[in-house]
Amino acid sequence: MKKSEITLKCHKIIGGYGEGEALVSHEPICFYLTDPKTGVIRERNHELAGKNLSNKVLVFPSGKASSVVQIDGLYKLATRNLAPKAMIVKEVETVLVVSAFLVKVPLVDRLEKDPFEVIHTGDIVKVDADKGLITVKKRG
Amino acid sequence: MHSTREEERILKGELGEGTRKALELLVAIGDAYDADRMIPISRAHAASSGQEGDLYFVELLAKGGARCRVPTSTNPVYDLKFFDKLFDVPRFEGDVARRVMKAYEQVGAVLSWSCIPYMSENIPLYGETVAFSESSATPYVNSVIGAKTNREAAQSALAAGIIGKTPSYGLHIKENRRGTHLVKVDAALNDEFDYTLLGYAVGREVGYGIPVLTGISRQPSTEELINFCAMSNVPGAISMFYMPGFTVEASTVKEAFQGDKPKDKFTVTDRDLKQVYEQLQTTSGKIDFVMLGCPHYTLRQVEEAARLLKGKKLHKGVSFWICTSATTKLLAERGGYVDTIEKAGGHVVVDTCIDEPCWIAYIDKVGMTDSPKCAYYRRFKEAVVSRLSDCVEAAVKGRWK
Repeated sequence: MKKSEITLKCHKIIGGYGEGEALVSHEPICFYLTDPKTGVIRERNHELAGKNLSNKVLVFPSGKASSVVQIDGLYKLATRNLAPKAMIVKEVETVLVVSAFLVKVPLVDRLEKDPFEVIHTGDIVKVDADKGLITVKKRG
Repeated sequence: MHSTREEERILKGELGEGTRKALELLVAIGDAYDADRMIPISRAHAASSGQEGDLYFVELLAKGGARCRVPTSTNPVYDLKFFDKLFDVPRFEGDVARRVMKAYEQVGAVLSWSCIPYMSENIPLYGETVAFSESSATPYVNSVIGAKTNREAAQSALAAGIIGKTPSYGLHIKENRRGTHLVKVDAALNDEFDYTLLGYAVGREVGYGIPVLTGISRQPSTEELINFCAMSNVPGAISMFYMPGFTVEASTVKEAFQGDKPKDKFTVTDRDLKQVYEQLQTTSGKIDFVMLGCPHYTLRQVEEAARLLKGKKLHKGVSFWICTSATTKLLAERGGYVDTIEKAGGHVVVDTCIDEPCWIAYIDKVGMTDSPKCAYYRRFKEAVVSRLSDCVEAAVKGRWK
């Protein structure tokens, strides 16, 4: 019988636990280009333009943009409780680690399967970074 | 990651909460990159800014009693007392800047407030292991000086300065310093503005990587190299580059690639530079102000501006600003350059940069600058970008073209 829930191993970068609805972006994310009052992505031509990332489990390939704007962007969202609940990435860089550390959002990479194949927007995802595990419950 | 006994004590909080936070951040970065250990650094540069994210972390460390163990210099913010006299700086933003500057003082940083600290206030040596944030400083330190630093965030560089260590990863490891792109320069490079255009063209084409440039015919000047570093990080992320024969780490192209093949090759021609130049302009005609010193002007550049302005009067509708460090301004005062610039109607301002909220008065104005970086991060409406002599000419006439 097919299970509706799958559990996958991952690699912890910033610890903690977060769960929520998945929002998947195949393009890098710049937090500065979201509306700090709502969490709506307002970067023109971005595949998620107009979508709201607040309180989601955000799945994306990597961060982008200068360190100052990226960190300030996520920080501004966090001060209004609009940061993502957790972040699952394919590739990390220093700036993204610093951003997640400052706002205490769990950050993981190296899923044992390609996150873009197993997670889709709308799935319910639990990220237990401390244990190095994520659980995906398919939508519907 | 292996941790020493001292690091374990820090992580338990025995050396205070601020120091613990700093090391926790470094450990997270080390985990992300699978670093096996921390390595000592001898200096750091924190790209401080008047932004909330920066304020949060530096105050967290300052309140937790952290102090820098190695010299840690700071990037431009702004002196509210100075700007309050000129413009209506928003209260909230002004307060952030004041608190950021106070907190860096509390953690015992070197208060350089300069984006080119490697010129005077905090100078790495060849081969030194350091942690220098500020995207224009990182490649200068790696490539021109030949010290080793990763592309750092302000917070990771500050944390490294507090602990005196950084995780061993990235550009601290020789194999990662290998060139990625072979760039043939087939363009006339006559002055520092040509290097500005070259940096922009190379950064745009490479994106993220380590370009190796050939075809450079003479030793670039300090200012030319500063501009190349700064502008290549506007459209790209270039933390290191090679100009074999002129930069220190590899004397040949082969050595720069460590025997490997380039991932990609391209040529930069005069036409490419001209195209970059044209692309940078968002307007022409009447200008409201000139903004120079992004990155901070060196003493030689301040002197050059003074020479061009000597005996002239700036157009009454144009404000004229040069951003530089306090160290440079002191020497420029001694040389009489500041006096000449002020007599013409211009200002030499220290401790700040265009990407700070203190310039709020220009939000609807047209600015001219010699820096594409200044134009990109502008807090003003429209931008004209051209070399210093053109900026001076336009400032006197009140318009460009």
